[in-house]
Amino acid sequence: MKAEIVKQPSYGFFFRICLLLILSMHTGFAQATEARPVADNPALEARVDALSTELRCLVCQNQTIADSQAGLAQDLRNQIREQLAAGRSEQEITDYLVQRYGDFILYRPPYRPYTLLLWGGPALLLFGGIGWLAFSLARQRHQHAEALSKESLDAARALLNASGTPKQDRT
Amino acid sequence: MKAKALIPLLIFIGLTVFLAIGLTLNPREIPSPLIDKPAPAFNLRQLNASGQALKLADMQGKVWLLNVWASWCVACRDEHPVLVEFSKRGVLPIIGLNYKDRDADALDWLQKFGNPYTTSIVDADGRVGIDYGVYGVPETFLIDGKGRIRYKQIGPITPEVLERELLPRIKELQGA
Repeated sequence: MKAEIVKQPSYGFFFRICLLLILSMHTGFAQATEARPVADNPALEARVDALSTELRCLVCQNQTIADSQAGLAQDLRNQIREQLAAGRSEQEITDYLVQRYGDFILYRPPYRPYTLLLWGGPALLLFGGIGWLAFSLARQRHQHAEALSKESLDAARALLNASGTPKQDRT
Repeated sequence: MKAKALIPLLIFIGLTVFLAIGLTLNPREIPSPLIDKPAPAFNLRQLNASGQALKLADMQGKVWLLNVWASWCVACRDEHPVLVEFSKRGVLPIIGLNYKDRDADALDWLQKFGNPYTTSIVDADGRVGIDYGVYGVPETFLIDGKGRIRYKQIGPITPEVLERELLPRIKELQGA
């Protein structure tokens, strides 16, 4: 009996932590479903989703506008829905948002002079690396040829010839 | 040989410099593309009994501040005493943009903490906020006599921000 009483609190604590974790997961879930407005037009909703996954939420910067539950993200989703419904194109809406929030809102950075290093950087690293590898391999090969120059060959031969009688040399 | 041995050190120093610069940047502050551009037009109801509208054009010819605030905004509470003090100096009109708030809450807030605003306008659905690229309250825009945005303060106005960033610009614009 006593053992059980001692045991119970630790079990209860663990259980409560688990329950807390499960509940906190669940509230997140509930929020996500609540915030999604009723889709009376699935085709339009798909376009809203597609466009809003390309856009960064400015409040929680590592989330897209589609993922974020921030108030601003919801407002922007509503804006996108409204404007798409009014017949504006994806490009027009993107321009509308970039005009207000800057390129920062785009998850896919635009091709501009100042993003040249960003887009070209990986290629630059790849080809630079290949170039460096080719260069250092060629130099190594060159060094091997040099190592077998006439003087060193002569010296090696002399050593090899002498190597048969090392003890005699010393005595 | 000696020069080659220094290469890792140089790479390390280069990386450190870049990381050190990175640490001084604030990723929350996104430069506004609206600086030196015409301020987006608005036509909004004022936060008072009359409910008269205020348009962007009404502010033509004046250097003024547009301060985005809300009663639910915690950082606005920090900023508020600075604005109240500043408004007493009568340097320029301060227009409040009451962002996604309820009138009753907003009026209550002004009653409690003081009203630094020449007037406040009501942006209940945040539409004008989107036009101004507002993503965090409080934000403050300095707008010149020709209706162009000249400066944007993201986050609360502190006494330092006021003295260092805002006042020199206001003086320059008012002198021009």
